[in-house]
Amino acid sequence: MITMTHTLPPALQADNIHKRFGSLEVLKGISLTAHDGEVISILGSSGSGKSTFLRCLNLLEAPHEGRIALGGEDFKLKRLKDGSLVSADPRQITRLRASMGFVFQSFNLWPHMTILENVIEAPVMVRKTPRKQAVAEAEALLEKVGIADKRNAYPGHLSGGQQQRAAIARTLAMQPRVLLFDEPTSALDPEMVAEVLNVINGLAEEGRTMLLVTHEMRFARNVSTRVLFLHDGRIEEEGTPDKVFDDPASPRCRQFMASHR
Amino acid sequence: MSFDTGVILDNFPKLLTGAVLTVQLVALSGLGGLALAFPIGIARSSRRPWVRALPWCYIFFFRGTPLLVQLFLVYYGLSQFSAIRHSELLWPYLRDPYWCALIAMSMNTAAYIAEILRGALQAVPRGEIEAAIAVGMSKGQILRRILVPRAVRIGLPAYSNEVILMLKGSALASTITLLELTGMARTIIAETYMPVEIFLAAGACYLAISFLMVRTFKLAENILNRHLRHAR
Ligand SMILES: Nc1ncnc2c1ncn2[C@@H]1O[C@H](COP(=O)(O)OP(=O)(O)OP(=O)(O)O)[C@@H](O)[C@H]1O
Ligand SMILES: [Mg+2]
Repeated sequence: MITMTHTLPPALQADNIHKRFGSLEVLKGISLTAHDGEVISILGSSGSGKSTFLRCLNLLEAPHEGRIALGGEDFKLKRLKDGSLVSADPRQITRLRASMGFVFQSFNLWPHMTILENVIEAPVMVRKTPRKQAVAEAEALLEKVGIADKRNAYPGHLSGGQQQRAAIARTLAMQPRVLLFDEPTSALDPEMVAEVLNVINGLAEEGRTMLLVTHEMRFARNVSTRVLFLHDGRIEEEGTPDKVFDDPASPRCRQFMASHR
Repeated sequence: MSFDTGVILDNFPKLLTGAVLTVQLVALSGLGGLALAFPIGIARSSRRPWVRALPWCYIFFFRGTPLLVQLFLVYYGLSQFSAIRHSELLWPYLRDPYWCALIAMSMNTAAYIAEILRGALQAVPRGEIEAAIAVGMSKGQILRRILVPRAVRIGLPAYSNEVILMLKGSALASTITLLELTGMARTIIAETYMPVEIFLAAGACYLAISFLMVRTFKLAENILNRHLRHAR
């Protein structure tokens, strides 16, 4: 399994992440190491801090404590007056973010651009990929997520499932080292959940390194190499899917699993 | 009461030259105001208080005083400074009522457009900006590629409204001797003593201009906001 035979640095490493909103302490020291090819699902009840943790990893939220490294490269952080940590190096953080794909619950496509324009935007602007090459790669990605025929449509003309697949293609276009998914199917009508999960499953089978926050329990169990259960800002349970789903040590985790069958 | 259509026809060419000047003033100040409004509006929506302060003062002054007063300040006020009167660069412009009107109108409308822009910038959903941050776009790229294009589309209807208001405000330029539509109408009336006919004709010209402007903006909106058409 995941042993220390790796000589490579872990794809993503987070140590002792703390985060508070005002006086509300939302993350109370979360550590996680994701090796290449691992698919780690993060479960937990609403408000347990799953989204906040994921957002801290690419500094969409400013943590108050902790260390983050991508592919062995430490994020350079500096402390603001309010005690939170932000990037100390704008060039580094944009480069690192470009290597961490983030898929949002609400897709967040840019509505004034066509689907194709959405997908090539970051490669052209950030990676400086020649436009022709970016378009060719984008078309291949749209093919892969099954919406090649929508390349010239605007996001508002697509169904939720199609929008989320476009958002995944947009993320993949940057060839990220890790992918972070924050409840990618929670905003979808039930009949569209499967088409998005199929895409994510395909990515897992390709051996992509992924962190997946989800309430799709059956899917998490099938796709994950490891599962974390968050409760009240802490990792309450961690292990293989079989262990966490069937035989958790924590009573809270057991209760959560029982109520989410 | 008699109504003399002949006087309208006789003076129509003159009214038309006035109308051309009106359109020129509105179009140029609309563009000048827009150009000024971008730095003001963007600074105004900054999260840093000291960046917000200067545009706040600007907007406070230009929205809080009448355009007429601003016109007078530029036309009569600036010439009080001998440095300006003796400036070879500025004086040729600042002695000319045309340029004074353009400057005052541009600065005035810029304050309103800046507020429109600020509202539009703040109306861009946070998630769209986060998506841009997450793919590694820089602040400048996000501004140019996401925020401003989105804000322009959101703010366009309010901007077109502001240009129509400026069209009507441009009548005030007649007070600093400019012969735009209103100024021309008043000159003709001074010669003919036919205020009803001439003002009716001038009013019709204003209506025609604003109708054309509204149609043009509607067209621009339809093109820029084609992503909204038939949206679910
Ligand atoms: N921007 C914010 N300001 C203040 N409080 C926040 C903010 N974002 C999150 N919180 C609070 O932090 C806690 C954790 O929120 P978070 O969104 O991380 O939970 P979650 O596990 O993702 O829940 P869900 O399953 O509902 O998405 C909640 O109590 C939430 O109210
Ligand atoms: Mg969440």
